[in-house]
Amino acid sequence: MATETLTLGKALNIGLRKALENDPKVVIMGEDVGKLGGVFRITDGLQKDFGDQRVIDTPLAESGIIGTAVGLAIRGYRPVCEIQFDGFVYPAYDQIVSQVAKMHYRSRGKLNIPMVIRIPFGGGIGAVEHHSESPEAYFAHTAGLKVVSCASPQDAYVMIQQAIASDDPIVFLEPKRRYWEKGQVDLDAPLSEAYPLHASRVARAGTDATLLAYGPMVRTCLDAATAAAEDGRNLEVIDLRTLSPLDLGVVYESVRRTGRAVVVHEAPSNVGLGAEIAARITEECFYSLESPVLRVAGFDTPYPAARVEEEYLPDLDRVLDAVDRTFGW
Amino acid sequence: MAKGDPGAPARGRRAAPRSRKATTGDPELVQLLTPSGERIESVTGPDGIEYRVDFTDEEYRGLYRDLVLVRKLDAEATALQRQGELGIWASLLGQEAAQVGSGRALRTQDMAFPTYREHGVLYCRGIDPIMPLGLFRGVDQGGWDPNEFKFNMYTIVIGAQTLHATGYAMGVAMDGKTGTDDGEAVIAYFGDGATSQGDVNEAFVWAGVFNSPLVFFCQNNQYAISEPLERQTRIPLYRRAAGFGFPGIRVDGNDVLATYAVTRHALDNARHGQGPSLIEAYTYRMGAHTTSDDPTRYRIASEVEAWQAKDPIARMKAFLEREKIADSGFFTEVDEQARREAVDLRERVLAMPNPEPSTMFDHVYPNGSPLLDEQRAQFSRYFDSFEGSAH
Ligand SMILES: Cc1ncc(C[n+]2csc(CCOP(=O)(O)OP(=O)(O)O)c2C)c(N)n1
Ligand SMILES: [Mg+2]
Repeated sequence: MATETLTLGKALNIGLRKALENDPKVVIMGEDVGKLGGVFRITDGLQKDFGDQRVIDTPLAESGIIGTAVGLAIRGYRPVCEIQFDGFVYPAYDQIVSQVAKMHYRSRGKLNIPMVIRIPFGGGIGAVEHHSESPEAYFAHTAGLKVVSCASPQDAYVMIQQAIASDDPIVFLEPKRRYWEKGQVDLDAPLSEAYPLHASRVARAGTDATLLAYGPMVRTCLDAATAAAEDGRNLEVIDLRTLSPLDLGVVYESVRRTGRAVVVHEAPSNVGLGAEIAARITEECFYSLESPVLRVAGFDTPYPAARVEEEYLPDLDRVLDAVDRTFGW
Repeated sequence: MAKGDPGAPARGRRAAPRSRKATTGDPELVQLLTPSGERIESVTGPDGIEYRVDFTDEEYRGLYRDLVLVRKLDAEATALQRQGELGIWASLLGQEAAQVGSGRALRTQDMAFPTYREHGVLYCRGIDPIMPLGLFRGVDQGGWDPNEFKFNMYTIVIGAQTLHATGYAMGVAMDGKTGTDDGEAVIAYFGDGATSQGDVNEAFVWAGVFNSPLVFFCQNNQYAISEPLERQTRIPLYRRAAGFGFPGIRVDGNDVLATYAVTRHALDNARHGQGPSLIEAYTYRMGAHTTSDDPTRYRIASEVEAWQAKDPIARMKAFLEREKIADSGFFTEVDEQARREAVDLRERVLAMPNPEPSTMFDHVYPNGSPLLDEQRAQFSRYFDSFEGSAH
C-alpha cells in the first residue's frame, strides 16, 4: 500500500486532480481557483495542468457560479464549484435550493445535475465575520441535495472523488481549520473498493458513551476521548461523514451498547443536525438510553468576533462536561 | 401614449418605401410588417445591420398558422382554468409573434430556456402542447424531455433560467460547437420584470466575459404582474446590453417577420462564435398576468385598446390578404384546424389522471436515499391501511 503523509488540503488537491484526469467532463469553477489555486490553495496547480477551460476563474458572483454550473450540467458536464467561504454561499442559495436540488425531481428523472459544491466551513481560524460559519443544516434540510463532510486527509482524498463521480448534487463541506492537519493517505487504492460516501464510521471504538461528530469536530471528539480515557472512561467516537442522508445504523448499534450519546457540532444547536439525530436516536434506541441525548454546539448567536470564538466553539472541555452530565442522569 | 409606443399611428407614416432605416425617434425598433399589414422589404437597424426575410408563400402561411394555433390553444387553456381544470394559467395572448418569430428562428440544434409563458416557443419546438397543462393542472412538473426537444423545463423563479442558459452556452463553446454554419446557439427567454433580477445581470456579465453563444430574448410586455416597465428601468431595456459589452436591439415583438429576422441574425452570430446579444421584443400582455390576476386594478382600458390595434395576427392576415398569399378558404381551414386541436387538447386534459400518491417519492435523487426509501415504505403501509375503506 503506497501511503503518503499529506495535509487534508493537499489530499483534496490530489483528489481533484484525479477527478480531472479520470473524466474529461469534470470542470472546476469558482473565484480565484485558477492561477492563485484558491484562497486555501485547494486547486493549486490544476489550471496550469488542465487549462482554463477545465479550471475556470469565474466572475465574482455566487449565484452565477451555481446557475451557470446548472447549465453546464444539463449540457453534460460535471461541475465542481468552489464557494470561497461558508458565509458567501447565500447569494447562491436560491440556485442551490430551487434549481440544483429540484431539477432531477421536476424533470421526473430526465435531467441529472451531477454537481459538487465545495464549501470550506466552520470557525477556529481567527477570521473576520462571514468566514467561520456552519451552514450545513440549510442544505441538509433541502430535499434533493446530499451533504457530506470529511474529517481526515484519507477521507478528503476519497470522498471528494466519490462526490464528483456521483450523479447526485452534493454539498461538500471541508473543515477549513483542519486543512493543515496531516494524516496517512493511500493514493492507490481503487475508488470502487473505498468505504462508501454516504456511510458513517466508527472513528474510535469505546464502550461507555457515544460521541457523534463530523468535519472539524471529529478531531475535537477524538481528543476528548483520549482525555476521558485517562479518567477511566472509554468513549466511542463516530464520524458521521454524511449529513444528508444521515447514516445512523452504526450510531444506533453503538448507542444500544453504550446507552449514552452526545452530538457535537459547531453550528448553532437550535433546529440543527443534533436535534434531528437526537430525535432519531430516541425513536430507535428508546429502551437502551440511560440518559437523554445531549448536544454540544455553537450558541444561537451570529458567529461572534474572533477573540471570543474559542468560547463559542465546542471544545474538549465542553464535550467532556456533556459526557459527565449523561452519567449524572 | 405613456410608454412611448413605437408603432403609434400618430407618427403619420406614409406608404412604406421598399427599403429604409428603422423607425427613427425613440424607441427605435425593427419592423418588417406594420400594424396595418404593410410589408417593409428590409430595414437597416440602428446597429447598421440590414434585416430582411425571404419567405416563400408557403412559409408565410405557415407562420400565420402557428400564430393562430398557439393563440387558440392558449385560449383553450384559459377556458380550462376558468372551469377548474387547471390550477392557474399564464396566457401568452398578445405575445404570439414574439414567440413564434423567435421560436421558428431556432434551428434544430439550438437550445432554448423558457420562463413559464413560452407556450408558443414550446409549440414551435414540436412539443405536445398538453405538456405545460400538466404542470398547471398540478399532475406533474412539466413532462417533456429537455434534451430531446432542446427546450428546457419551464422556470418559474424569475430570471434563474438565464444563468442556466449561460452555463449551457459555455458548454457549447467548450464542446467546440461554435464557429461554423452548423454551430449551436442558445436562447434565454425572460420578461421585462426579470431584467431587475441579479441572476439576469449575472448572466449578462458571464455571457459577455466568456463570449458565450447566447441570445438573451426579453419579451417586454410592459408589465411584471402589476408593475409597469418604469418600475424596472430608466433606460430602454435593449440599451442595457451596451453596458455589458454586447449588442442590444429592439424589435417590434408584434411583428412575426421582424422578430424572426432579428432572432435569426442574433442566433447565427452566436453560432458563428461572435458572442451574445440582447433582443428586446417590444410587445404587450393583452390578458391578465395569470388567471389569478385582475389587471383592471392597475391599467386603463384605452391602453389595452391601443395595443389591440397592433395585434400580431391581424396584421399578418391583412398582409396575406393584400398580397393574395392566402384566400378565405385557407383562413377557414386554419381556424378549423385550431378548433380541432383545441377540442383535442381539452379532451386529453380532462383525461389526465392524477399521479399515484407514492410517486411523489420518485426521482428525488438519481442514486436514491435510504431516508426516502424508509418514508415511502411507511407511507405505503399507512396508505394501504385504508384499502377498501371510504376515506
Ligand atoms: C424570484 C421570483 N420572485 C417573484 C415571483 C412572482 N412572480 C411571478 S411572475 C412575476 C412577474 C414577472 O414579470 P416579467 O419578468 O415581466 O414576466 P411576465 O410575467 O410579464 O412574462 C412575479 C413577480 C417569481 N416567480 N419569482
Ligand atoms: Mg413582463
